[in-house]
Amino acid sequence: MSLKRKILELQKKREKVLQGGGEKAIEKQVAMGKMTARERIITLLDENSFHEYDLFVEHEARDFGMATKVLHGDGVITGTGTIFGAPICIYAQDFTVAGGSLGLMHARKITKIMDHAMKMRVPIIGINDSGGARIQEGVNSLAGYGEIFYRNTTASGVIPQISVILGPCAGGAVYSPALTDFVFVVDKISKMFITGPEVIKTVLGEEISMEDLGGARVHSETTGNAHFYAESEIECFDQIKELITYIPWNNSKKAQPFEAKEPKIDRYKIDEIVPGNPKEPYDVRDVVRAITDDSDFLEIQELWASNMVIGFGRIDGQTVGFVCNQPLVLAGVLDVDSSCKAARFIRYCDSFNIPIITLVDLPGYLPGVDQEHAGVIRHGAKVLYAYSEATVPKITVILRKAYGGGYIAMNSRHLNADFVFAWPGAEIAVMGPEGAANIIFRKEIMAAEDPEKIRKQKVKEYKEKFANPYVAAAKGYVDSVIEPEETRKMLLHALEVSQNKVDRKPIKKHGIPPF
Amino acid sequence: MATKENAENNASKANKEEAQKPRFSSLVIQEQGAKYKTLLTEKYKNRKIWEQPDVRKIKSLIPGTVIKVYVEEGQKVKEGDLMMILEAMKMKNKIYFPMDGTVKKIYVTEEEKVPKDHLMIELE
Repeated sequence: MSLKRKILELQKKREKVLQGGGEKAIEKQVAMGKMTARERIITLLDENSFHEYDLFVEHEARDFGMATKVLHGDGVITGTGTIFGAPICIYAQDFTVAGGSLGLMHARKITKIMDHAMKMRVPIIGINDSGGARIQEGVNSLAGYGEIFYRNTTASGVIPQISVILGPCAGGAVYSPALTDFVFVVDKISKMFITGPEVIKTVLGEEISMEDLGGARVHSETTGNAHFYAESEIECFDQIKELITYIPWNNSKKAQPFEAKEPKIDRYKIDEIVPGNPKEPYDVRDVVRAITDDSDFLEIQELWASNMVIGFGRIDGQTVGFVCNQPLVLAGVLDVDSSCKAARFIRYCDSFNIPIITLVDLPGYLPGVDQEHAGVIRHGAKVLYAYSEATVPKITVILRKAYGGGYIAMNSRHLNADFVFAWPGAEIAVMGPEGAANIIFRKEIMAAEDPEKIRKQKVKEYKEKFANPYVAAAKGYVDSVIEPEETRKMLLHALEVSQNKVDRKPIKKHGIPPF
Repeated sequence: MATKENAENNASKANKEEAQKPRFSSLVIQEQGAKYKTLLTEKYKNRKIWEQPDVRKIKSLIPGTVIKVYVEEGQKVKEGDLMMILEAMKMKNKIYFPMDGTVKKIYVTEEEKVPKDHLMIELE
């Protein structure tokens, strides 16, 4: 055979495999409102940057009539490419081939590209669209999942890992996304659960749709499993691309710097956002946007535990992570969910050399039997742990109230913050003036002829004396009381001087965080 | 006619705007503390209100199917007596009475699927 014929043969082989599960299966995929696996990769990556490997991998299953079955690429596409020039390893499960089911070789392709990503120290993106384990391959498919989980864990904190759920992702399969850094979901397309509606119906008699059990909305609002919610696959890919611009390729690098830009100060007037009365709400994201370059802010887990706001922005072209109490929702309290949300993000930033800016305005922890019984002690401790452990530059701005345990938790000086700034309206105190006055002056108030009048008077006294930033500033707990207008300037400078920060912790295998 | 329609449109527009306005509630997080004006989350609004558990009301510890009930209403039972078999997660679990008493009411029937924390038997 001449080389020319061999080339022709290769082209034919390629063409065949590139058809995936064939026309009918592709039609079905499209009818479900989904793109095909290859389309997804090509849309997400830079034009013409995708290079596919392991196109000719074949499964080895022999039982249950599998010997004669041809599954192109074994139901998964793997390769490398770039996003805005950043090198990326990627895999996408192909639902048109045996429902994207995971068999041994399918898993081997995934673990191979993961190993590659680890060796090359580049981010890995996994697009999940699979019916689950390939039952015909028995324990081999379980082995496949386990080998993926092991690699997810090893890669955690070394290279960015992104999971995109664009179809079903059920049973054991959900644990790979759960181990990765960011999970993207799309309305009506993503479905994630451990036990599906059928099992729940047979075992419990409870009827629930897939959407209500584990749809995109549920994971974005209720469970917190998802980090980014989109209405369409295209929107989802845009979100991934944006995220990639904010994060470094691996944990030994910093995120690629951007051109510095001023915030849009006509739209976000920093000295007009926060009301003077600490009981009045406002949107803390406006403060973030008043600080960041071009007023850009990529919010993470926007719909879940929204009493805490987390996300990425840039200051002077450099990526920073924001952790902020949100007075607009639940008065910005700390509770089980918001603690988990903040703590995980702090650890993400710390792993990937992203300085953390904490904007504080909280009345404390949410009271309630449900909170106590849900373990707010254990979960709340995660915030303390994450801040104390983090060695990236940690800068705090106390915008308004910072009471009690909440004050300590939100990257206070006492947890080894590098810089603590406070606005003049800050109230740093052991508790809110109303509560404090009631305890301290209880006897006087009770004994008074008009207790209400005395109560009000005592609250006022306490407020004047203690509800300000100067008591903490007098002890050096606050480095500087600054005008709101000065915030960006101060942050810029603080980031500049902490560029070479060294904070060595004792050598240990790892700590025991309150997981 | 046109003016009426306009008026209706305006009214519905006003209603829409009203519906889109954030609905602030007040949240108190401290005894005698300040009332914070804020939005509440669905999770907070739907949180389970705690009740003092009544030990005489025996509830299911695990979701499953009631296979067999060994007692009748009015029957006197002793702590440790076999109450029922509740099949859950492919296991036939034997459920015993946690205390002495008389069976006041049985709320479940054999073959019934029960969720977790479902009231099954009440003692008196």
